[in-house]
Amino acid sequence: MTMNSIDIGTAAMTTPSRTTYTARSRLLRVVKDLLANPSSGFGFVVITILLVTALVAPWIAPYEPNMIDLGEALQPPSAGHLFGTDELGRDVLSRIIHGSRISLAIITIVSVIVGPLGLLVGTTAGYFGGWYDTVMMRITDIFLSFPSLILSLAFVAALGASLENAIIAIGLTAWPPIARLARAETLTFRNADYISASRMQGASRLRIIIKSIMPMCLPSVLVRVTLSMATVILTAAGLGFLGLGAQPPLPEWGAMIATGRRYMLDNWWLVAFPGGAILLVSLAFNLLGDGLRDALDPKQGH
Amino acid sequence: MEPHMDNRVPLLRIEGLRVSYRNGRTFTPVVKGVSFDLGRERLGIVGESGSGKSTIGRALLKLLPTARIDAARMDFEGTDLLAATERQMLAIRGRRISMILQDPKFSLNPVHRVGDQIAEAYRVHNKASARMAREKTLAMLEAVKIRDPERVYGLYPHEVSGGMGQRIMIAMMLIPEPQIIIADEPTSALDVTVRMQVLNILNELVTNKGIGLIMISHDLNLVRNFCDRVLVMRHGEVVEERAARDMQNCVHPYTRGLLAAQPHIGGSRRPLPVLNREPMLHDLTGTQP
Amino acid sequence: MNTARFSAFGRQAGTIVVTLVGLLILTFCIGRLMPVDPVRAIVGEEADRATYEMVAERIGANLPLYQQFFRYVGDLLQGDFGVSIRTGQPVINDILHVMPATIELATFAIIVGAGLGIPLGILAAVRRNRPVDHVIRFLTLIGHSMPIFWTGMIGLIVFYAALDLVGGGGRLSDYYIGLVPETTGLLLIDSLLAGDWEVFWDAVNHLLLPASILGYSSMAYITRMTRSFMLDQLNQEYVTTARVKGLSKSRTVWHHAFANIRVQLVTIVALAYGSLLEGAVLIETVFSWPGFGQYITNNMLVGDMNAVMTCVLLVGVIFIGLNLLSDALYKIFDPRTR
Repeated sequence: MTMNSIDIGTAAMTTPSRTTYTARSRLLRVVKDLLANPSSGFGFVVITILLVTALVAPWIAPYEPNMIDLGEALQPPSAGHLFGTDELGRDVLSRIIHGSRISLAIITIVSVIVGPLGLLVGTTAGYFGGWYDTVMMRITDIFLSFPSLILSLAFVAALGASLENAIIAIGLTAWPPIARLARAETLTFRNADYISASRMQGASRLRIIIKSIMPMCLPSVLVRVTLSMATVILTAAGLGFLGLGAQPPLPEWGAMIATGRRYMLDNWWLVAFPGGAILLVSLAFNLLGDGLRDALDPKQGH
Repeated sequence: MEPHMDNRVPLLRIEGLRVSYRNGRTFTPVVKGVSFDLGRERLGIVGESGSGKSTIGRALLKLLPTARIDAARMDFEGTDLLAATERQMLAIRGRRISMILQDPKFSLNPVHRVGDQIAEAYRVHNKASARMAREKTLAMLEAVKIRDPERVYGLYPHEVSGGMGQRIMIAMMLIPEPQIIIADEPTSALDVTVRMQVLNILNELVTNKGIGLIMISHDLNLVRNFCDRVLVMRHGEVVEERAARDMQNCVHPYTRGLLAAQPHIGGSRRPLPVLNREPMLHDLTGTQP
Repeated sequence: MNTARFSAFGRQAGTIVVTLVGLLILTFCIGRLMPVDPVRAIVGEEADRATYEMVAERIGANLPLYQQFFRYVGDLLQGDFGVSIRTGQPVINDILHVMPATIELATFAIIVGAGLGIPLGILAAVRRNRPVDHVIRFLTLIGHSMPIFWTGMIGLIVFYAALDLVGGGGRLSDYYIGLVPETTGLLLIDSLLAGDWEVFWDAVNHLLLPASILGYSSMAYITRMTRSFMLDQLNQEYVTTARVKGLSKSRTVWHHAFANIRVQLVTIVALAYGSLLEGAVLIETVFSWPGFGQYITNNMLVGDMNAVMTCVLLVGVIFIGLNLLSDALYKIFDPRTR
């Protein structure tokens, strides 16, 4: 009986239940808004292309990414090899296409770690307050007192150089800003009337956090995660470039640049195309993040 | 300015002033064809928030960069304000038409000393040495009844009270001796206790120097007691224009409603009449669910 | 000093101490997690068991973790940061030796970044939503999104290999190395002190490209922040007051609005200066720049534990220091908090 009354109470009082009610139409409107704006539309399209490329990579890549053909080594871009070939005669375009799978994997895993972790730490710290809040915020402060690349570098150095460890290291360094944001949002909602209403109806603290607070923090967390994906892409590429991320012969874009570096002065395509891909994807996330912010929260438009 | 000059010769003649903001591909008007004259007198403009009264003040100074302003006539002593270039406006703003803003907490620059801010207003329009501007400023501070001008000169805005802040604002706007002052809700941000004091200072200076005053306010009572003439605005239009002492004879139902809503001691205790707001509701039906 | 201020000071000091302790725990954990046996690293692969035990005893590798931690902190407090296994030198000497190269690079970069970023940010805010604003926004977004090591290489391909306008890797051309005595470690200053203009111009020539690229990336951040600070200010009522007084647009912007963002700008420039360390790690690798960034990377690649721990600690301390500095600047320069 009590459960029932809570449901009626929250349904009547909370904004979150109303948002879920019209979630699908809102999502449609947000996508429409994004596409209507040329810059966020560009971001949206590039990321969609990245997704599709990663899914169908083996079918659209003209060559095997690791097929060595020393007779074809270091060929400049031509009709046969649109982006040229590397020092082992591998097709650069095919490697970039396959590399999109690695980028997508990094982005997916990092956001799966970082979004929920940041949201959980931030909302609980903001809602409970007290010593728990203090401890959590000190921890985020310590993480935030490093540039993300240097902290990831240190973690990778400790864990050993590999793609998996690079992803873990990036995940470990990317959650604190999101936790900060979620906490700040929680603090603004914590004393709102609809929270008090569900509290008075006996909803447990966990239930309030999950049902009422988290949905309210979601839009800004989503924007933040999208924007931080731009940094994640750059950090992952930086680690790959320094030899502390993905290891050759994996066609990770940063690692491709690192191997291409030895030959770059005479063979610009080894460096230019993978780097262009990184720039494009990172730019797309920045544009999409800006667009999402405008679409989800018109009042803080830039 | 000699006080014997004819008060009714208009300084400012406004006909059919329209201000609109771009809203996608269309323009949304906020002021819809307002006309009035201003002599060396005190003109009150009243209206509820959103009626467009503050926009008029800023439109006269052409300080609405994103708005479209047009009018049949915007004449200020022979100068066509509508056609005036930014260069001409720089010589008019502050020097000939000036404006007192609502809340000194926000309208004074927090990082400059208040004295320097007043002196700056003088020095933009007058060739004067720093020392001369300082003396002028101190005299002006005294004129707005600030007791210890030397000390106040060196204070920062967060160190002065609201009432003193607004007197500083008045000093700053009067120091170049303009012909017209627009006072945009000059006392609404102040404590009730200092309102009269500030109004009296403003009144005294305006009357002595023969300055034309436009007093913009939502407070009908204040405007009625303080001004010579009153315009009542609603939804960007003037619905009533009348001498202040003649207000009880107003005819427009909106003004009558406003007047009837004024509390007075010993008045009836029947429910207040409801203001006629139909057009407004009608306007909103498009956007409300 | 009154009590309120004193307790605020006490609270801040407490926060700093807690953060520093957290930082020490973090670096300690990173050090312990490293898959390198510190004893083996010292005694070498062929040492016998007795030697191994003896060294383990001496450096405390057999103690429980918490005791090792206290030992670590104790050593740090005595100024002992350990010896780098790779170079055999005390880590602190190594760092002091490589730091000037990075300082030179970062300082030049921040001059480029702030010198361009602040005016561009103001221009973008003043001309909001006009074409200039869009162009500036595009430039900053590119600066924000580019992988800096890649830009460095493209720069080398274009300006060094193809056009031969700038020097290649390193701080000097080979034949100039060692010509001027090392006084400050900053080559530009050392060469001027020695009066050797040839070396000076060669150093400038080598510095120009890496520093500009590094500066471009921090310009992106500075422009963005300046624009948003400035937009905030331009919407303030006091800006209207200034215009009402009859001030021109440019005087309003510079004398009134800019005066209100100066302190914020100093803060973000300080933070951007710190963030250059991150870019330096990558750019120094690309340009074979013998600085702090390259030192960190090399030590991480070989797993030199003492060096890695000290570098990480140092970066953390620099950042905490910069944050404190910017807080202090607020207190000093903003009349409202004075």
